[in-house]
Amino acid sequence: MRKTAADPKGVLSGAHFLDGDHAIAEGALAAGCRFFAGYPITPSTETAERFAERCPGVGGLFIQMEDEIASIAALVGAAWGGQKVMTVTSGPGLSLMMENLGLAVMTETPMVIADVQRAGPSTGLPTLPGQQDMMQVRWGSHGDYRIIALSPDSPQECFDLTVEAFNLSETYRVPVFIMTDETVGHMHEKVVIPPAEEIMVVARNLYDGPKEDYRPYRFTGKDVAPMVRAGDGYRFHITGLTHDERGYPALTPAQNVKVVTHLIEKIDSNADKIIRLEEEEVEGAEVLVVSYGITSRIVSRAVQLAREAGIRTGTLRLITVWPFAERRIRELAGQVRAIVVPEINYGQMVREVERCAAGQCRVVSVPHCGGAVHDPDVILGAIQEACQ
Amino acid sequence: MSTAFDEETFRAESPMAEFLRMERMPHIWCPGCGIGTVVNCFAEAVKKSGIDMDKLAVVSGIGCSGRVAGYVKLDSIHSTHGRAIPVATGLKLANPDLKVVVVSGDGDIVGIGGNHFIHAARRNMDIMVICINNFTYGMTGGQVTPTTPQTANASTTPYGNYEYPFSLPFLADACGATYVARWTSLHARNITKSIREGLSHKGFSFIEVIAPCTTLYQRRNRLGDGMDALAYYREEAEVDKEVDTRNVGIDFQGDITMGRFVRREKPTYLEAVNERYANVLGDEYQLYGMTTPEREEKERREAEARAKAQALVEDEEARLMAEDFGVDEEGLG
Ligand SMILES: Cc1ncc(C[n+]2csc(CCOP(=O)(O)OP(=O)(O)O)c2C)c(N)n1
Ligand code: SF4
Ligand SMILES: [Mg+2]
Repeated sequence: MRKTAADPKGVLSGAHFLDGDHAIAEGALAAGCRFFAGYPITPSTETAERFAERCPGVGGLFIQMEDEIASIAALVGAAWGGQKVMTVTSGPGLSLMMENLGLAVMTETPMVIADVQRAGPSTGLPTLPGQQDMMQVRWGSHGDYRIIALSPDSPQECFDLTVEAFNLSETYRVPVFIMTDETVGHMHEKVVIPPAEEIMVVARNLYDGPKEDYRPYRFTGKDVAPMVRAGDGYRFHITGLTHDERGYPALTPAQNVKVVTHLIEKIDSNADKIIRLEEEEVEGAEVLVVSYGITSRIVSRAVQLAREAGIRTGTLRLITVWPFAERRIRELAGQVRAIVVPEINYGQMVREVERCAAGQCRVVSVPHCGGAVHDPDVILGAIQEACQ
Repeated sequence: MSTAFDEETFRAESPMAEFLRMERMPHIWCPGCGIGTVVNCFAEAVKKSGIDMDKLAVVSGIGCSGRVAGYVKLDSIHSTHGRAIPVATGLKLANPDLKVVVVSGDGDIVGIGGNHFIHAARRNMDIMVICINNFTYGMTGGQVTPTTPQTANASTTPYGNYEYPFSLPFLADACGATYVARWTSLHARNITKSIREGLSHKGFSFIEVIAPCTTLYQRRNRLGDGMDALAYYREEAEVDKEVDTRNVGIDFQGDITMGRFVRREKPTYLEAVNERYANVLGDEYQLYGMTTPEREEKERREAEARAKAQALVEDEEARLMAEDFGVDEEGLG
């Protein structure tokens, strides 16, 4: 993958006071995204609004589509038209996107989707935080597939991880999600946007060999074929049907083995390269708290209290939530007495933790039905109970 | 000398070889199906129009008609059911140099994809939509669609359809499409001409082609085969270009009013975007996504305007000089 410095035109270098939603838009512009299709939904709308305001000055285009189905469909078209593309949404919109998420996965189309999570089900609590789409984003579209999802815990990270999300999506030709939430989305903090030359951006890997030799796919399970742009004379074909290297339908179970295995393995076999974690005091810990997004900031307070109470507590923050940090969790599960997993849902990622811990230690879920962040004392209570 | 049919030779020498992915032949369509006619007309129109095929893209949804994208030797996307129009929208906006054509079925475009259809028409998005209307969901076995005439039999209206159907030209017209035409698959020359017009039209162009689904709609309604469908079109289809699109609904086996009903000029979506931004933001705004000829034309016009302005200034200066110093009358010496 070719990394270059960001195009300064899109980079608003300097120190700013931004909320997470706005920081996502800036991250996208810095990463070279010039096409945004979206549909308004609280608490994500500010990202679309900022992009709409900023794009005329940087040669970009914003279009408000008629719904979220159209938004993600437009991204598929625009990506093959040669653009880096993004949309943003929240729970109900994410639900609507699921079918075409499958199309993007199947056609190996790079795109970035930010999900500023609110509390559900259904319309739920539109203006209040949740972390309830963690499993939907992973499993919500039909069929077997992989996506990548990152979870920022601050406006600064919203910027940084959005740039990273674009880089990953270009590297693996896969939709990459920013799984944030209402609190981070609407929280204002200092966001430092570095000078353009310090922001490394993965350029679209474009094919430039003989036209008749172009193949949009390669099913290696390790890497992906280069792309082309519509209009450049390659006459490519892509389809949501099971297909061969040429992109032509190949409707046999054997071909589906090749395609599905590739879609899964290109992520799984590179998981160690993709996954980013932040660990603190895990060596010698009795209890490990695993969290992500806004919840990890509540965890810091709870852990501080636990340590004051004499409990050796380590933390692991999932910056990358999907692919899941299986290897590391398995390893740590063999070293601690218990793993505590607070999240603003009824217990979603905790199932992954349980699966990886595989009985080596206790796994304690600290659920929350959404609409607020945890009370640190509740997490503290769970830590205390877990090490009994 | 052998006269045996040689598939390789056929593929290489077919007049369609330039336009179709011959390696994907034979296609999936049933004998007598109307979809192939539309593909032929499209190929013919593309050839006659002399359009650069590298800059032409086709997007389809799902259905028998939706398979068109897979056979044309063009940049092509076979998308999801109903979503061809938003995919085409993204493709066009990402690369405005392209001419983007959606070819899909009635169920796809105005059933599941109806919302996208009306909004693309409203925006005057610069794409062409060809809807192959066979009054049925062919691919899934002949269910009722939003265009099935009342009383027609479908697998999900086994006692005859009781719903009110859409009249597609009226829908497109009402939503803001700037080119609207309807033909039947019998009228291949008209379809071809219409597609050519659509290819050079700026804005949302919509062509409905009434075409037989022989296997399901024809058979289920005891209407005979493909030839019988064409006989019906010859009998009942009539051109009326002056007609108000409110009056072109189709009853079961009833009259079919055909023609190019609408052709008007209106800024396209991108032209409107650029005009708005340029008005409000002035020089700060860098026009988005002009096509290369448009950009060249604009640069040429700007250069011309600059030259004209410069000439005016020079004239004016010369005039002032002449006045101030009275050069011409008295001279300076
Ligand atoms: C979301 C979704 N719902 C349903 C289907 C099943 N389906 C496939 S094709 C089709 C109907 C196509 O009808 P039409 O667009 O009229 O095309 P035709 O086959 O008649 O040419 C349906 C309902 C699907 N593929 N995707
Ligand atoms: S089922 Fe109907 S629409 Fe589909 S290919 Fe056969 S005749 Fe054509
Ligand atoms: Mg149909």
